[in-house]
Amino acid sequence: MTDLNTLRYSEEHEWVAVDGDSATIGITDFAADALGDIVFVELPAVGTSFNRGDVFGEAESTKSVSELYAPVDGTVVEVNDAVVGDPSLVNSAPFEGGWLVKISVAEGAADGLLDRDAYVALTEG
Amino acid sequence: MSDARYTPLRERHEALGASFTDFGGWQMPVRYTSDLAEHHAVRESAGIFDISHMAEFMIVGPGAAGYLDYALAGRLSALAVGKAKYSLLLAEDGGIIDDVIVYRLAEDDFLIISNAGNRDAVREALTERSESKGVEVTDVSDSYALIAVQGPNAEAILAATAGIEDVSVPWSEQKYYAWASATYNGKPLLLARTGYTGEDGFELLVAASDAPALWDAVVAAGSAHGLVPAGLAARDTLRLEAGMPLYGHELTRGTKPAQAGLGRVVVTDKDSFVGKDGVAPVEGARVLVGLAAEGRRAGRAEYAVVTEDGAVVGEITSGALSPTLGHPIAMAFVDPAVADGSAPLFLDVRGTKIPATITALPFYRRKK
Repeated sequence: MTDLNTLRYSEEHEWVAVDGDSATIGITDFAADALGDIVFVELPAVGTSFNRGDVFGEAESTKSVSELYAPVDGTVVEVNDAVVGDPSLVNSAPFEGGWLVKISVAEGAADGLLDRDAYVALTEG
Repeated sequence: MSDARYTPLRERHEALGASFTDFGGWQMPVRYTSDLAEHHAVRESAGIFDISHMAEFMIVGPGAAGYLDYALAGRLSALAVGKAKYSLLLAEDGGIIDDVIVYRLAEDDFLIISNAGNRDAVREALTERSESKGVEVTDVSDSYALIAVQGPNAEAILAATAGIEDVSVPWSEQKYYAWASATYNGKPLLLARTGYTGEDGFELLVAASDAPALWDAVVAAGSAHGLVPAGLAARDTLRLEAGMPLYGHELTRGTKPAQAGLGRVVVTDKDSFVGKDGVAPVEGARVLVGLAAEGRRAGRAEYAVVTEDGAVVGEITSGALSPTLGHPIAMAFVDPAVADGSAPLFLDVRGTKIPATITALPFYRRKK
């Protein structure tokens, strides 16, 4: 199990797990629950660069469409093909099998994001 | 949201962990756990829905049948006691104020069920039209709850529900678009074989105070038959697959029945009825069609329908990735020139053109 306290969070409900110069990005359980059953995800190709706040993809549920906002600057190095094939992974395992992309990041890329306590406070607010 | 309204089943939904959404001023369960699982349960076994937000009107008096022929688009005087009929409440200009189901309870006694969001407009129109017609119109919405049990196992579940007694018509002889009377714990219960899912099923009208116990009894009987509580998200994808219109999407005050494929609902050779002079379709007005696409990206309400060269020829009113069919479906109003499907059409999904094919409605039809 992922220790949710080790992750950082954006106010747009993405999470980031930084590991040296790479980072994994997904959406939180709160976001997945709010969307309902996710039936389609569109993710950027490997090599795509984006800045924090850019739209890097979309998640569609039966009822709605949600844009995915980059929580940090980076360049895509790996896309989770499993989640493209089976978007329900985002609902069933948002912090694990439902991760979206891995990106290369610079040092300090996640500075200024929320820690777990601050994120939980945001979603309960 | 101090003015949000809840149905008598609020505590049941909260105990089940439902997510709520605003619908027509009501806080209604949008899903309990998974909208897809709820959708599939209704297609394969059964689902139970709280639809108590819907409005009910009693139409009583010696003039009731004649009044309804005047006030609504159909010929309700020809409806047999024990039967139900889909109808429309039209404005003078032929636009649609609401779509309703009318149940003939007795010779001079009818029940109308309308959409929650149109309750005030329906009450005003029905009341205004009742003047000197020998009929009394009463809005009884606050006194009743409405529970839908939908799916192939619905009949078996209700037949096994403890407390439902005195059923006036044997279960197997109850027809689609008919109703039977019964009692629940000795109190009156109306069993209508109607629904909004494209499956066999029933809608149960009970006194609001009896609704929680009836809900529990049906859920208990349903546990052996795959029954799950289902929310509005599943209800919306189910009705879309069944090609059923939703007021505010396919039907509006500015839509004429024939445009929405509901010309058959309007009996134009009646002497007089509200909307008669305006009901003829306007030349060139857009018409409702079904559209099917490949892949998994759905067109959504308000997205444009375009031609190969990008000309806008229509607009989607409802769209989703069909849970049953596995591909995107949509209903859309399109220019009559493209409604025959001869020209290639595309859904403009946030700037991406997705090829779409005009398809006869409904998208899904249950096996009899």
